[in-house]
This record gives sequence, C-alpha cells and structure tokens, in this order.
Amino acid sequence: MVQFNLPKNSKIKEGNYFKSDSDSKNIKKVNVYRWDPDKDENPRIDTYEVDMDNCGPMVLDALIKIKNEIDSTVTFRRSCREGICGSCAMNIDGSNTLACTKSAREINGDININPLPHMPVIKDLVPNLKQLYKQYQSIEPWMQSNKSSNGTEGLQTIEDRSKLDGLYECILCACCSTSCPSYWWNGDKYLGPAVLLQAYRWIIDSRDEERQKRLKKVADELKLFRCHTIMNCTNACPKGLNPAKAIGSIKKMLVTEKSA
Amino acid sequence: MSYDVINHEYDVVVVGAGGSGLRAAVGLSEAGLKTACVSKVFPTRSHTAAAQGGISAALGNMCEDDWRWHMYDTVKGADWLGDQDAIEFLCKEAPQAVIELEKYGVPFSRTEEGKIYQRPFGGMTKNYGNGVVQRTCAAADRTGHAILHTLYGQALKRDTEFFIEYFALDLIMENGKCQGIIAWNLQDGTIHRFRSKMVILATGGYGRAYFSATSAHTCTGDGGGMVLRAGLPLQDMEFVQFHPTGIYGAGCLITEGSRGEGGFLVNSEGERFMERYAPSAKDLASRDVVSRSMTVEINEGRGVGKNKDHIFLHLNHLDSKILKERLPGISESAKVFAGVDVTKEPIPVLPTVHYNMGGIPTNYFGEVLSKDVNGSDTIVDGLMAVGEAACVSVHGANRLGSNSLIDLVVFGKAAAVRAAEKVKPNSKHEEISDAETQKCLDRFDKMRNADGDTPTSVLRDKMQRTMQSKCAVFRTDKTLKEGLNEIQEPWQGLNNISIKDRSIIFNTDLVEALEFDNLIRQSQVTVASAENRKESRGAHSREDFKERDDNNWMKHTLAWHEDGKVKLNYRDVHNYTLTNDVQYFPPKARVY
Repeated sequence: MVQFNLPKNSKIKEGNYFKSDSDSKNIKKVNVYRWDPDKDENPRIDTYEVDMDNCGPMVLDALIKIKNEIDSTVTFRRSCREGICGSCAMNIDGSNTLACTKSAREINGDININPLPHMPVIKDLVPNLKQLYKQYQSIEPWMQSNKSSNGTEGLQTIEDRSKLDGLYECILCACCSTSCPSYWWNGDKYLGPAVLLQAYRWIIDSRDEERQKRLKKVADELKLFRCHTIMNCTNACPKGLNPAKAIGSIKKMLVTEKSA
Repeated sequence: MSYDVINHEYDVVVVGAGGSGLRAAVGLSEAGLKTACVSKVFPTRSHTAAAQGGISAALGNMCEDDWRWHMYDTVKGADWLGDQDAIEFLCKEAPQAVIELEKYGVPFSRTEEGKIYQRPFGGMTKNYGNGVVQRTCAAADRTGHAILHTLYGQALKRDTEFFIEYFALDLIMENGKCQGIIAWNLQDGTIHRFRSKMVILATGGYGRAYFSATSAHTCTGDGGGMVLRAGLPLQDMEFVQFHPTGIYGAGCLITEGSRGEGGFLVNSEGERFMERYAPSAKDLASRDVVSRSMTVEINEGRGVGKNKDHIFLHLNHLDSKILKERLPGISESAKVFAGVDVTKEPIPVLPTVHYNMGGIPTNYFGEVLSKDVNGSDTIVDGLMAVGEAACVSVHGANRLGSNSLIDLVVFGKAAAVRAAEKVKPNSKHEEISDAETQKCLDRFDKMRNADGDTPTSVLRDKMQRTMQSKCAVFRTDKTLKEGLNEIQEPWQGLNNISIKDRSIIFNTDLVEALEFDNLIRQSQVTVASAENRKESRGAHSREDFKERDDNNWMKHTLAWHEDGKVKLNYRDVHNYTLTNDVQYFPPKARVY
C-alpha cells in the first residue's frame, strides 16, 4: 500500500502570544502564520492582540500596526495599499484576497492570516510566485502584429475595445490561481486561472494577429483543460473579475473556430 | 562580518522596473546592449500602476491640438522653472511615444472613430491658454496600470534580464565615475555586485517622507538616497506636489480625470469655490493652485465634515454611464476607502503629497549632472536617471497632471538611445578596487546588526510628521526653521536605530531601515532647499514671500548632503529652446 508522508515543515505549531497593554474594549486577535527559512523549525501561528480603535480599517493596517508597534520581524509584501499593485495577496479569514482592501471589521472573531495556499513559502506571509510568473511569460503577453504603423495610431472600435474590459484590469495578485484545487495539484502543468485570463486578454484583442497561434498554444489537456469549472477563482478575485468565464470562452473558441 | 559577493557584468544596469525603467530596458535590449533590470518589487507592482487619469500628448483626436500648446502649458504649469529645451523635447516626442504604446498593446479607451480617447486635464489648454483642450490619453482611469503591464510584456518579449526583489544598496563610484551597483537579493539573502558601463536610476519618488501621501509604501526614493550618499547633488527638492484629491483619511488617489470628466469641488457652504480662485480654468487649474485654494477654504473655516477639515468632490451629477466607463477604478476606491457611492454622494478629499518635481539632475538625454569647482555643469560619467527619480527638469516648480506618464516613456526611451550611443556592447569593464564595495557592505552590515533603542517605525513617524506639518502646502520662515531643527532628531536617531530581525532572507525589518536612511536624507535636503528659497513659485508657496521673484530665484536649487548637513548651490534655468520650431516662452504672471 502506498505510504503518504506529510512533507517536512507541514505541521503548524502554536506560536507566541503578544498581549496588548491597551485597556481598549475593541481588541482583536490577529493570528499570523510565521516561518523563518533560517531556522530548522516548523511553522507556527503567532497571535497578536490589536487595539482596533487605534488602527486603520483594513487588514493591511492591522499587519502594519503589528510590524510597527509589536513585532518588527513579521514579514509580508505590501506596496500601493489601494488594491492596484497586487503585492499583499494572502489568505485572510479562509479566503485569498488583498490585505489592503479587506476590511478587518467585517471579519467576525479572530483574524486568521496565512500565505497564499500551496505555494512555496519564502518567509512568513511571502510566497514564492516564480512558477506563475514563468507561466505568464509563456503565453507571450505582448501584442503580435505585423502591421507597420507608419507613425500613425492604430484604430480599434469601442465595441472591440470593450471586449478587453474585465480582462486587462488583472493585477497578477495570484489570489485566483492559488485558490484553485486543479492548480494546487497540477500547478506545474496547468496554467491556472490568472494566466489563462491573460491568455484570453490577448486572444480576444482585435489588434493582435496571432489569435490562432495563441489558441493552439493553450489547447492542451493540461495547460487548459485541467479547469473543471470549480469557480473558486472567480469567487476569490479581489478585483471582481471572472477568470472562469474567460477560460470557458477559450474552450468555446476552440470548438467554434475550426482552424484552431 | 564578511559577505560573499556574486559578481555580474552588464553593459547597462537599470535600477527600477516602473514605467521609465521598463521603457529604458526595452530600448537597451533593442539596441543589443546586455541589460540587467534590478527591482525591489516585481515589475507590475511598481507605483506606475497607480497612475489613473492618463498620459498627455497633442494627438488632436478630440479637437485641434499642437505640441507647442502643450509646451506652453507645461512651461506655465512649471511656473517657468522648467528647462524649455527639455520641455520642447518632451512635448514634441509625446505623440509618437503614445502611438508606440498603442502599438505595444496598451488598451486605450476609444472614440467613435476608433481613435485613442483623450480627456481634459488640469492646466491643459488650447492656443496658449485660451480654453480647454482634450489632450490626456486614457485607458479608463487605469492608464498607469495598463501601460505598466504592457511595458513589462514588451520587456519579456525582448528577453530583458530581470533581477526581481533585489534591493539596490549603493552606487559603486570610482574617481567620479559610476561603475555599477551593489544589491541585496531578498529572496535568498545573497549580495550581488553588478558591474556596468552605465547605470540608469529609475527608482521613483520619495513620497513616503510625508505622513499622508498617495504614494505606495515602496516610494522611498532609493535612487535619490544612493546619489546623495555618493556625494552628488539633488535638484529642486523643495518642490513637492500635493494632489488636490487624496481620499480624506486613507490618502488614496482620486484622479484629476474625475474633474476632467465634469466633477467639481465644494466647500461647507455648498459653493464651487474654485470659480473664485481660477475664474477661467476653475476646477481644472494647476494642481498647486487647486491645493492651495482648498487649504485656504479649510483654514478660513469652510471645510466640510465634523472637524471642518476637508472638502467634497462631487461626481454624483455625472451620467452613471460615464462613471462606469471612464471612472470605474475611482468609483471602486471611493466605495472601499471612503464608503461612498459616487453616483449618490460626494467624496471627502484633501490635498495629499503626490509627486516630487525635484530629483537627480539630468539633461534631456537622461545624463546625470553635477557641478565642478568653477560652477559649470558637468556630466557624471556612467550614470543616468529617468522618471520621477530624475529632475530633467520638465516639471519645474509644478507638474501638470498626465505629464508624468509621458515623461516616463519619452525620457526612458531617450536614455536608452543615449546609452546605446555611449556604450559599446560587450566592451571590456574597467578595473576597480574593492574599496567602494566594502564601504557599502560595511554600512549594510552595521544596519543589519543595529541594536539601538528606537525602531525604524518610530523614526519614520517622526520624520513624516515633521515633513507634513513643517513643509506642507503653505510654508513660512518659522515653520521651515522649526522643520530644519526637528528633522535632525530622526536623522540623529539613525545612529541608535533598532533592528530586531537578524535574518538575511526577506528581512523587511532591515529593508525598512535602509529605506528610512534614503528617506531621511531627502527629507533634510527638501526642508533645507525650501527654507532657502525666499519666493513663492509653483508648489513652493511661502506666506512670507508671496510673489515669484524671477530676478533672484529663476534658478534651480542643487543640494548636497554631507553628514547630516545640507550644502546648497544653483544651476541656471535653460531659457532657450531646443530648435527653432518654437520660441522661448518668457515668464509672465501665472493666472488660470
């Protein structure tokens, strides 16, 4: 019989408890996943009591407050703090989302924060997204057209341009791909929702001339058809985009556009 | 402690992967130069992503336009502190630069004829100040995001070598020449020495020197810090732009395009007060003008809200179709960060630090400038700068909205062209000593093992609050002198800083301390330059010197930082154009 062993470091221990010295009645416990690559220890969950009366409204505000005032070793990515750069994607209260646009008050009980699931962890809440970036590059996310511009601007109808709405807004935060069970199990072969959404963004751009080549490239049992319409991607997207629909559209085009 | 240093050799190293860094990298790769692009964040996380309203270029898609009109507006917006040769270059090159972006695949919004959609923006006029022009090319209100992702794709297409999540520590300077940089790989903790024949700094602004800024947490002006540590000057650092419409409290940006599409500001008396301050341009006056007007309204008791400390931006009279098509991003931001439904309620806004007109002095090729002992301009060998990190100077004392995105691509490209002229591909690197590398690593190691009493967050907070209260929209001799004095405290605190994280992999405790080191130097230089300039010009508004003084102050400030002391000097403003296609615009009163 096959023996399954949990990989090293997979068991998460209880960590340190940081009590707040404030007498505020509005204390929230923030439970943060911690793992230090320099130490040969299992990951742990540290708990921080945060005075929410003196904290900004978002989960990122709570994390920054913890880093500034309680424990400067807590490690996470952040940049724009307004939901456009995609740095602070993490698993909050059981769902993948951006810490900067996730309201802390809307969370009942403790705030549980983990790194994006099923990605290698570099440290604490910082996942390694190299694989996803490589897959993004593989779909050739640049315009392919042989038209010479002669220094004049290219045209596109309002209708054709509107086909890019809901696609070009993607911020590559990886919330969708890392919420997809198919991507968890076959992430090395299946492109995943984030990258397929971008593949579709170029397939459907009326200015691009390599639609057939692009379709052929993703028309693969593993790259594309590992999508089983679970829809976690669409539920997770913090920008309200619909990667599942984009994947469905690619599948449909493969059937309806004969030469592909 | 000693560090193993991993050596690399490149023709050119670009530091930063925002709009200007990526555009430079694309051009360098096309020119066949071996190029490394080093960035502390993944390229699409750069702050260019946050630019909303658009990119200016006199395409004339909506109405008649001329690059000379764009040039006039930019000169006037800059309050005549911009170098007109550089401004001519920017405005003349702008249309082709936007057409190139379209060809790269930027999903611009479109007109009925299928052309790039252009919207009105602050200070953008037709026929030299006579009426509004629609010049700002937009991809809804996500133009920066669209451009950044497109440029990253173009860099991938050309196989640019990226070094992502590498934090640049210092320039390697030898005999006045830049020979490369030292960087720290956050992902595995290794130290890297990049030898190169040209370094292009594209590191962005230092908005996080202030308490409330639209800037990202990562906008810490690392290139400016590196330049100051290398004993080189920064230029016009007193000119800090306050964007009129940061969301009250959160500080997130609401694009000027919202006023371009018809939005307006209102005080507690329900009055559209901009009509009083700028009878002609009204809500679309220059940003410095609008920010000052708002501040006056609040100071005179006509602010809105419980504490009468902010202003309302109304969009609720606009067609909901327009809001949905052209301003979807800020509608979402207003909902998330102010709890406001823009179709029904006004957005609470406040002037918020947004952009640094000042930076690393360059000519319009992107070559970094300094001054020799005789007071003449000199070119710093091996070093260039582009984007917000640089001061070309096209924005002078005040930048017009949508002129920053065009600055990124025009000068990013220009820098690549110039570097390709100067650097021979695969030519041999000069021998250098290890002394500079060691000096940089000593500083790094000292910071890494710092065990003082004060955490970075406390020092940073002190710096940010000082800058916010003493070097804000309105300035006086008193506030600036207090600022000079108070900013010493966080600077001195650097000697007693505390780092708790002793690891080397993704040590963001240490990153924040190194970023603070960059910020505090630039803060000191900013206050000192502001205290020194005894006039009001553009974003630098002195209540004790209310007028612009062209006789004494039509000059760029240069500021060096030496052991916490700021040394000042000046450069001439270029009062000539690049070609005879346009005549120099002599200074006149600036009325909107």
